[in-house]
Parts: sequence; C-alpha cells; structure tokens
Amino acid sequence: MKNFIQRAGATRRSFLILFILLSPLTAFAHKRGGEVIGFASGFLHPISGLDHILAMVAVGMWGAQLGAPAMWVLPVVFPMVMALGGMMGLMGIKLPCIELCIALSALALGFAVCREARPKLWIAAIIVGVFAIAHGHAHGTELPMGASGILYSIGFVIATGLLHALGIGIGLVHRWPAGRIALRVAGAVVAMGGVFFLWKAISGEPV
Amino acid sequence: MRLPRLILFWLTLAITLIAAPPAHAHLMNTGFGPFNDGLTHLFVTPEDLLPVIAIALMAGLRGPRFGRAVLLALPVAWLAGTAAGFLLAAPIKLPVAETIVTIALGVLLATESPLPFAFVTCLAILLGLLHGILNASELPKTSLSSLISAAGVAVALFGAVSLLAGQAASMRVRWARVAVRVAGSWIMAIGLLMLGWAMRVPA
Repeated sequence: MKNFIQRAGATRRSFLILFILLSPLTAFAHKRGGEVIGFASGFLHPISGLDHILAMVAVGMWGAQLGAPAMWVLPVVFPMVMALGGMMGLMGIKLPCIELCIALSALALGFAVCREARPKLWIAAIIVGVFAIAHGHAHGTELPMGASGILYSIGFVIATGLLHALGIGIGLVHRWPAGRIALRVAGAVVAMGGVFFLWKAISGEPV
Repeated sequence: MRLPRLILFWLTLAITLIAAPPAHAHLMNTGFGPFNDGLTHLFVTPEDLLPVIAIALMAGLRGPRFGRAVLLALPVAWLAGTAAGFLLAAPIKLPVAETIVTIALGVLLATESPLPFAFVTCLAILLGLLHGILNASELPKTSLSSLISAAGVAVALFGAVSLLAGQAASMRVRWARVAVRVAGSWIMAIGLLMLGWAMRVPA
C-alpha cells in the first residue's frame, strides 16, 4: 500500500512537471501573424458536419461491438487512412463520388451496428478504410489556404479520435443485454441518417 | 488504480497538442533569457515536439534500456546537430523530410514492431541531428545566447524524454499500451496531413 501511494505520488508529480512545461503561456511575448488556420478551426472541422459525426461515432460503436482487437484497430485505421485521404485532397488528387461515399458510410456503418455484423477483422478494416479515404478527401479539399497547417492538423486528428472514443464509449453498453438492443437501435438511427444524407447527395442538395 | 494514470496521460497529451502554438524555427523571446527561450522552444514547436513524443513513447514501450538510450542519445545528437547547424552559411528548410520522419516514428509507435536496440538509438541520433541542424541554421551564428539557448533545448529534451519514456516504460496493462499506440497513429495522421500541406496544390 505504501509503495502504491509513493508511486501514485511520483506519477502525479511527474505529470504536474510535464503539464507546467507544456503550458508556457509566458512564451507569448510577441504576437504572431499568418496563422489564419489554427487548432480551433481544425478541431471544429470534423464536428461541424453531422454526416462526419455519425460515421465516426459509428466506427467506434462498431469496434466496441466487435470487441478486441477490432475495438482499437478500427479507430486506429480510420484516422490514419483519413489523413491519407486528406493528404490526397490537399495535393489536388481527384477522387470520384466522394459525397456519395460519405453518405454511404453512415448508412453502411449504421447498418453494420444495427445488424451486429461480424466480418473478419481485415474486411472490417478495409470497409472502414475506404470510407475514411472519402471523409479525409472531402476535408482535405475543403480546407482554405493558410500559412501553416500543423495546428489545424492536430485539432483535426484529435477531434476525429475523440469522436471514435465517444463511439467506443457508447458501444461499451454492448456488454449488457438491454445495452445490446440499445446499441442496435443507435445503429439504426445512424443508418437512417445515412439514408437522409444519401438522398441529399443524390438530389444534389447541399448537406 | 491504473485509471487515474491513464487519464492523466491523455490529459497531458491533449494539453501538449492543444497548448502548442504555431511553429517557429527561430527561438521565441520569453523575456526570461536565452536559456528559457531554448527551454520553451521545444514545447511551443509542434514540428519538433511531435517526433520527440513519438520516439520517447516508442523507446519507453520497449523498456527502460531503450528509454535510457534515447534519453542520452537524443539531446546529445541534438546538440551536435546544433553545432553543425551553426557552421552552415544559409538557413535550410526541409519540411518534407521533417514530416516523413514524424510519420515514420508515428508508424513505429503505432505498430509496436520489435526493433533492435541499435536501430532505436540510431533513430534518436538521426532525429536529434536533423532537428538540431535545421533549428541552428536559422539562429545567429556567433551569438553566445544561441549556445545558451541550445543548452536550454537539450535540457527540455532530457526532461520531456525522461517523463514520457518513464511513463510508457511503467505501463503494464495491455490497454494502456494500446492507448499509447493510438497516440502513435494520431502522430502519423498529423504527419500525413502535414505532408499534404507541404505538397499542397494552390486551388
């Protein structure tokens, strides 16, 4: 017990030191310019569209439903492949049917959660990866020109990861019988959202 | 018992990334002298900080021996790179190379692939040399304050690596290690987006 308390104290101390080092607000001695795109705009971008939110939360829910290792493989695959799609969008590489694919992602992932689909891990990873490319590409092409993208990128990836974490958190109710039903209902809601966005995409209306 | 530690880890990582203001190859003026300018530089420069986080966590996950090697090699190599950078006549910028190194370190952290001790040490040396040269090439060459600030950067590196590698090395629970690997995938994703920014085609 004594050892545990000592260790816990040491951990807290080391984190406190790191925290203080990482928050040096006194360093803002002069004003910077040119950063038209920052952390906040990057953080807000993935959570500004309901189609993106539904798909990313559904990835987390599906991962939690599938259990380990899918629970962490899918949310790891999604940001990595989405960033690849974002890179392609930034570089001006054109991909066809992006809006349709985004709308389909919410539908397909919601359907998978609703049906408790259990494909092999690599198939699930490919499904998630294909949709991640579409989401990333859309984000990449939508970005306005700015001086530096690193803070934007950091905010963007953190927001995406947090949406997945939210999905995993919701998906953990899967361990209880009532939660299992609730999760399937949530999947159906996501799928219905996907149908709505698919209709919008096909009719050419702005989402 | 492990939960508070992991929450603190994620909180710290989030604050690291949120609090890091835009990158500056030159040192910031903190008002507390060149040593503090150097000490601050690492924590306000995401381009430098992200690969350092990645290699420190990667070394820590592989055990205390790896962590100790990076703890020594990275600041020393960074100082050596800084010395070499002072010899350069003109500032050099290698944003693509820097980003590729960050992506590679993110991948190695995310995959937790078994790597030999010498390879990890060499990675730390290469990272230190690259960033040391790039940072120093933009500093005043003959200024004593540049040397003092370089010492500040080395101390900051030592502190950051010891804390991050120490935390990673002490993680025994599987899902805690997975969480660190997820951080690697985030670093890789940020690197990929940065590569897109570096190679961006104007609309």
